[in-house]
Amino acid sequence: MTKKKLLGGFVYGTTAFFAFIIIAAVVIVMTNIVAGGWSSLTKDFLLGSPEEGMTKGGIFPAIVGTFLLVMIMSIAGVPIGTMTAIYLSEYASQKSIFARLIRFAVNTLAGVPAIVFGLFGLGFFIQFIGTRVDGVLYNNGELHWGQPNILWASLTMALLTLPVVIVSVEEAIKTVPRELREASLALGATKWQTIRKVVIPNSITGILTGAILAVSRGAGEVAPILFTGAAYFLPHLPSGLSDQFMELGYHIYIMATQSPDVEATRGIQYATTLVLLILTFTLNFSAIFLRYKLRKRIIT
Amino acid sequence: MYSHSYKTLQPTDVRIKTEHLNIYYGKKQAIKDVSLDMFTHRVTALIGPSGCGKSTYLRSLNRMNDLIENSRTEGNVLLDGVNIYDKQVDVVELRKKVGMIFQKSNPFPKSIFENVAYGPRINGMNDKKKLEDIVERSLKQAALWEEVKDDLAKSGLSLSGGQQQRLCIARALAVDPEILLMDEPASALDPIATAKIEELIYELKNTYTIVIVTHNMQQAARVSDYTGFFYMGELIEFDETKKIFTMPAKKQTEDYITGRFG
Amino acid sequence: MEIPKTITNTMMKKRFRLSEFLAEKLITATAFISFAFIVLIFVFVFRETLPIFSAPEPAVSLEELGEQETYGDIVLSDAERAAEEKEKTKVAAEEGVTVENLAGDRWQPISGKPKYGLLPLIVGSLKISLISIFFAAPIAILAALFTAAFAPRWAKETLKPAIEILAGFPSVVIGFFALVVLATFVQDIFGLEYRLNAFVGGLALSLAVIPIIYTISEDAISAIPKSLTEASLALGATKWQTALKVILPAATPGIFAAILLGVGRAFGETMIVLMATGNAALLSANPFEPVRTMSATIGAEMAEVVFGETHYNVLFLIGSILFLFTFTLNAIAEIFIRQRLMKKFRGS
Repeated sequence: MTKKKLLGGFVYGTTAFFAFIIIAAVVIVMTNIVAGGWSSLTKDFLLGSPEEGMTKGGIFPAIVGTFLLVMIMSIAGVPIGTMTAIYLSEYASQKSIFARLIRFAVNTLAGVPAIVFGLFGLGFFIQFIGTRVDGVLYNNGELHWGQPNILWASLTMALLTLPVVIVSVEEAIKTVPRELREASLALGATKWQTIRKVVIPNSITGILTGAILAVSRGAGEVAPILFTGAAYFLPHLPSGLSDQFMELGYHIYIMATQSPDVEATRGIQYATTLVLLILTFTLNFSAIFLRYKLRKRIIT
Repeated sequence: MYSHSYKTLQPTDVRIKTEHLNIYYGKKQAIKDVSLDMFTHRVTALIGPSGCGKSTYLRSLNRMNDLIENSRTEGNVLLDGVNIYDKQVDVVELRKKVGMIFQKSNPFPKSIFENVAYGPRINGMNDKKKLEDIVERSLKQAALWEEVKDDLAKSGLSLSGGQQQRLCIARALAVDPEILLMDEPASALDPIATAKIEELIYELKNTYTIVIVTHNMQQAARVSDYTGFFYMGELIEFDETKKIFTMPAKKQTEDYITGRFG
Repeated sequence: MEIPKTITNTMMKKRFRLSEFLAEKLITATAFISFAFIVLIFVFVFRETLPIFSAPEPAVSLEELGEQETYGDIVLSDAERAAEEKEKTKVAAEEGVTVENLAGDRWQPISGKPKYGLLPLIVGSLKISLISIFFAAPIAILAALFTAAFAPRWAKETLKPAIEILAGFPSVVIGFFALVVLATFVQDIFGLEYRLNAFVGGLALSLAVIPIIYTISEDAISAIPKSLTEASLALGATKWQTALKVILPAATPGIFAAILLGVGRAFGETMIVLMATGNAALLSANPFEPVRTMSATIGAEMAEVVFGETHYNVLFLIGSILFLFTFTLNAIAEIFIRQRLMKKFRGS
């Protein structure tokens, strides 16, 4: 009996301990980054440009670049993701091969390593499409689109975050009660009218959640933009879609690994990391909050 | 087959006629060879124990069963002599003329006004004045106008259960249907709200042809002119309501209406 | 009474509704984009590796032919480019981009005689993945078991957000933390020669892998029918006996899938390993030596290579291997998850 109890305590203790490790890891990483970056997080840092070979100054261009990246990404990805989700939940017959093919594609897309998206962006957007566009538009061998830039980086990122949008929107569409659809159809509304007037308005939270999660993911990923558009340092903000851009995550990577004096810029590195962390957290928490509200709707 | 005595009744126009209707969900047969006539400006009640197929039958009359992925319908549903399952039929137009009220009241999460205006709006009506007229007329027809005329901007979901159901009726009336299908419209309501709905049905039959599914036999007896009794997907008996409830021809019907059914 | 018979007039003609038609076609076509891009990813990542295999006599690829037909003006420059590419691949071919070279144990792409041995990179990736799973799997699975079987409410409500936060950490943040803090910590404990090594990288990577394994394991565990656990408890088994002897075995396929997906994630992760492993392509079994993974190699070198060069093509080859590997893992994992779902359906 006591042996059994002891063993039970042991199992309980062990599993609890491992659960505790996870919480501890989260707390340690967060504390470390907040503590390391807090003091350098000034207004000048947020609104200033890098100076003296990026050993001083701020990260404003990287913030703007990240913002532009996720904006263009969302403009491209959210409508496509939303429409795909609508197709899967409203139009597709569950038995149809086409629908299963698309589901398979979405699942596969979700599992492709980020760096492979980068390769694809380079091989497809830049080398295949970009060089052809340049061939048509500029007849002089100049590179405009056939080189890394913010458009190709954003599109690559849109592709990477597409499954996030699709899954989130589909989940939201599923919470729209069947009764509402039937009510609309029984009133003589067509399928598209029902989707437009009943399904989409009632899935807005989900579409928003999907967009936010995608933005958070896009802001945090660096691998896909390593060679599709992110730049080490730029004196100007990007002025067009064919310009390169600075980005927070990439900036952290560069500063932490390639800076001439890594130790001297620790403060800046920490502060940049903190900014990225705050950004993704704010986004994630608002997404979690929205999803929570959405789930509550299912119960009532 | 059911008793044919109703054929000797006063010849009223047949509005809906089903001929040898079979409905399948996958391999399961939900409706078995049902032939039945429903008359203009009359209320036809369909009764029977739950799972007997009465709702499935009702939903075949405006082709709502089409929405269920593996459902299959055989036989004819004739509306004014035309088979609504004909390839040529436009289901959207059909549903505009054959409205439906559901068991669970299902107003849209919109204002009262927008709920009623939904149908006219999807038909392309945008004239505010006309919409207001339609909304008022429909709400009056549904006997809801007096209660909500000052809060048309309030959410349809803020109404009580009985009011919500009348809102759904108003919403259905706003598209100008000729036939109303009601799927246990009062099953979730308290007696007072139920009485209001029944009163309303009595009023509406002057203008519409009504088919109502109910598990409440008193309700069927009160509101309907004709009653069909369904059991296990089959139509057991169909006749004038007062005959069904006083002198049923079939033993099963009698067992059911006298409450001897399991 | 006169009956209005308007119904049959309006309904007897099937209408063509343009907006309806366009909406459906547009939405279906858009849905197709996901599939199209999967195919394109396959095609374009593999396409760039092809010159390696046709090295001795690189054929003019299809798109170049197509271009000659379409745009007359740029034929020359394009043909030139193709010729140039041919030249380059030939040179490389002479230097020996053979299977032997790729199978070699040296990765020295930038030298007089470039060596493209993939072995150290593959071993590096496997090593890192193994280390990360070694840490992540027990932690995540036992924590999931704790949540499902023992945890009081407050513990669940602390753990779940913690997992969400962990999953929300951008990998570059984890990489940074590993580079700055974890590496020093590990070095001090073990008294290591190199700050950055496979062990540090794997440990950091486990932070990224834990949420995946946890989420899917937890899912698998909570999908076990209540009747099963209740039966066990009713037979007098204690909570922990039920957890170990009933819950864990029943959830095994799901947990296995979780581990596979974890491996896939670890194998494909770039930023963390790029920052925390030291990136030296050594072929060694020692976990405390620096290591260079496949993904990190692409990440570090792609920006510097000349497009169309052998080195460029080999990097795409590495990408293709990564893609195929993770693709296979995901496919296998899905089979296991499906099986579990089937069981779940049968169980209920």
